Amino acid sequence: MSSSLDHQSGVETLDAAPSPVRKGLGVLFWVCVAWIGIVVLGAILASVVGLQDPNYQGFSAINAGPSTAHWFGTDDLGRDIFSRVVYGARVSLTIGFGAMAIGMLVGGSLGMVAAYRRGAVDTFVSAASYVMLAFPALVAVIAIVAFWGHSLWKITIIIGVASIPLVYRVVRASTLSYATREFVTAAKAQGATDWRILTRELLPNVMPSIISFFLIGVASVIILEGALAFLGLSVQPPTASWGNMINESRTYLSSNPWLVIFPSLAMVLFLVALNLVGDVLRSALDPQDGKL
Amino acid sequence: MTSIDVESFPVEGSDSGPILEVNDLVTSFATPRGRLTAVNHVSFALDRGETLGVVGESGSGKTVLSRSILNLLPSKGLEQSGSVIFDGTDMLTAPKDVLRTLWGARISMIFQDPMSSLNPVVRIERQITETLRLHLKMDRKEAKATAVALLDQVGIPSPAERVRNYPYQLSGGMRQRVMIAIAIACSPRLVLADEPTTSLDVTVQAQILDLLAAMKAERNMSMILVSHDLGVVATRADRIAVMYGGRIVEIAPTKTLFASMAMPYTQALIGSTPRISQASHVRLTAIEGRPPDLVNPPQGCAFAPRCPYATEQCRTDVPPLVAARNNAAHLYACWNPLSGSGGTVSTQGGASS
Repeated sequence: MSSSLDHQSGVETLDAAPSPVRKGLGVLFWVCVAWIGIVVLGAILASVVGLQDPNYQGFSAINAGPSTAHWFGTDDLGRDIFSRVVYGARVSLTIGFGAMAIGMLVGGSLGMVAAYRRGAVDTFVSAASYVMLAFPALVAVIAIVAFWGHSLWKITIIIGVASIPLVYRVVRASTLSYATREFVTAAKAQGATDWRILTRELLPNVMPSIISFFLIGVASVIILEGALAFLGLSVQPPTASWGNMINESRTYLSSNPWLVIFPSLAMVLFLVALNLVGDVLRSALDPQDGKL
Repeated sequence: MTSIDVESFPVEGSDSGPILEVNDLVTSFATPRGRLTAVNHVSFALDRGETLGVVGESGSGKTVLSRSILNLLPSKGLEQSGSVIFDGTDMLTAPKDVLRTLWGARISMIFQDPMSSLNPVVRIERQITETLRLHLKMDRKEAKATAVALLDQVGIPSPAERVRNYPYQLSGGMRQRVMIAIAIACSPRLVLADEPTTSLDVTVQAQILDLLAAMKAERNMSMILVSHDLGVVATRADRIAVMYGGRIVEIAPTKTLFASMAMPYTQALIGSTPRISQASHVRLTAIEGRPPDLVNPPQGCAFAPRCPYATEQCRTDVPPLVAARNNAAHLYACWNPLSGSGGTVSTQGGASS
C-alpha cells in the first residue's frame, strides 16, 4: 500500500524479512488521498465529463432540493448546484495551489538561501518578512484586491505574494536546523558548490516539512479565498467558487439550506483531507521518527 | 614565509618536497568573551606518504587545526595568519574556486561522527558518486560502478545492494567505512582523519584504523590522523605531534617520542591511559586541573599550572619549540624537559634560538 514511500523505507532488497516497525499510513490517509484526487480530477475534467453548464439558468427547477436530475439541487436562479460545486472547485483549487506554488517558489528559495548563507542576506530578508508579517494579511489582500482587480490570476498572485513571508519563515527555520550539520561541512570538504549543497544536500532534508506545509497552506488559502468571496472581493459572479456560492446563498439559509450545505461540505471535507494528509506525510517522511 | 605569490595558484603540484607545509599558523575566533586563539603559531611539514598523528585533549586545537589546513572554517569572526602550503597551493589565500577543485579531489577529510557527516536522507550511492562525478567527470553509470567497487574495497559486504541504502540502515562502523570510501574516492594526496574512530566501538576502532592504513598504502596518500587517544595513533603514525592549548608542544618520530619524551604533558597523557593490567577499581590517573582558557591564556607555558615540574620561568615565559640535542627530528617546547629520557640535557641552549 505504501509504495509511494518506498524511497524512504526501501530495504526489501537487502533485508529478507520486512522490518516489523514499518507500519502503513492508515486507511483514513488513503481515503483522504482518494478524496483529494477525486476533487482535483473533477476540477480538471469538469468541462470534459459533460456536466451541466454551471451558469445555465433552468427555470423549471428553482430552489429545488436534491433529485436525480440535480444531485445537489438547484439555486435561486435554477442553476445546478452539483455542477457549480465542481466548477467552483476549479476556482478554489487554482487559487489554493497556485498561490501556494508562488509562495513556495519565492519564499521557500529565499528561506533556504537565507538560512544557508546567513549574514547580510538573512538579516535583510528576515527583516522584510517581519514587516510583511506585521501587516494583517487579510486586510492587505483586501486592500490590494480592491485596487488591482478581481480576476482569478490577480487574486492568485496577490494571495501568493502575501504567503511568501510565512513560507519563508517556515522553510528558513527548517533549513537552519540542517545548515550547520556536519554533512554540510562534509559536502563542502568534497568540493560541492553552494548550489549543489542547497539543492542536493539541504533540499531533501527540508522537503518533508515543505510538502506538509504546502498542503496545509493550500487549505488556508482556500479559506482565505472563502473569506474574500464572502466580502464580495473574490472572482465575481456568476463565476462559481466555493466561497462565492456560500456568500450568494446565505440569504436562503432558512428556505433552502442545500445551497449553503453542499459548497460548505465540499470545502470542509477537502480542507480536512488536506490537513490530515499533510500531517501524516510530515511524520511519515521525517527521517528522525522511528528510524534510528 | 608568511606571504606567497597570490597571482599564481599552481594546482598541479610537484612530486618532490613535503606534501604539506604549515608555517606559523594562527587561527582565532571572535567570541563574546574576546578572541579565542585555537591554533597558536603552529608549524610543521608533512612528507609524501607520511602519517602524522596529532594528539591532545579536548579543546587543544586539533580539530581547528585540521579544518584550518583545509580552510574550511566558517568565516564569521575568523582570523587566520601564517600559511598552509598544500602541494604548492596556499590554502589560506587561495580563492574558493581553487579550493573547490582541491577539496575532495586532492585533499579530503574524514569526520568524527559518521552519522552526522552523512546526509540522512540521501542514498549511500549518491553520496559517493557526487564526488566522482564532480571531480573525475564520470558519467552516471561509471560513477555507480566505481561506488560499488569503492564500497567493496572498504570492506562492506554485498556492496551492490548496500549502495541503495540510507545511512540509518548501516551500523556506525559501516558508516565510517562509507565516509572513508567517499574520502578516498578520487585518490587524494592527503587525507585528514579527524578523530575517525572516536564515536565507534572499541572492537571496530582497530578495523577502521587498519582500513585507513591499508587504503593509505594502496593509494600512496599522506595522512594526518587526529585523535585524543595516544593509543590510536601510536601504532599508525610515523610521527606524532602533541598539541596543548593550541600549540604543538612536542613533535617527534613515534618511536623517539615514546622512548624519550621531553614534555611533561606527553608523559601525563600516556600516564592517563588506562591499562588492562591494572587491578580493577583502581582510580584512573587524570591530569590535575583544567585545560587552559584560550581567550586569556596563561602568561608562560600553557601547561605550567598543571605541571608538577613547573618553575618560575615556566609561568612567565612561553617556551619555544626547540630540537633535542641528539635528535633534530625531535622538537619540544619545555623549559624543564624530562631528564630521565636521556635525549635532552639542557634547556638553556634551546631557549636562545
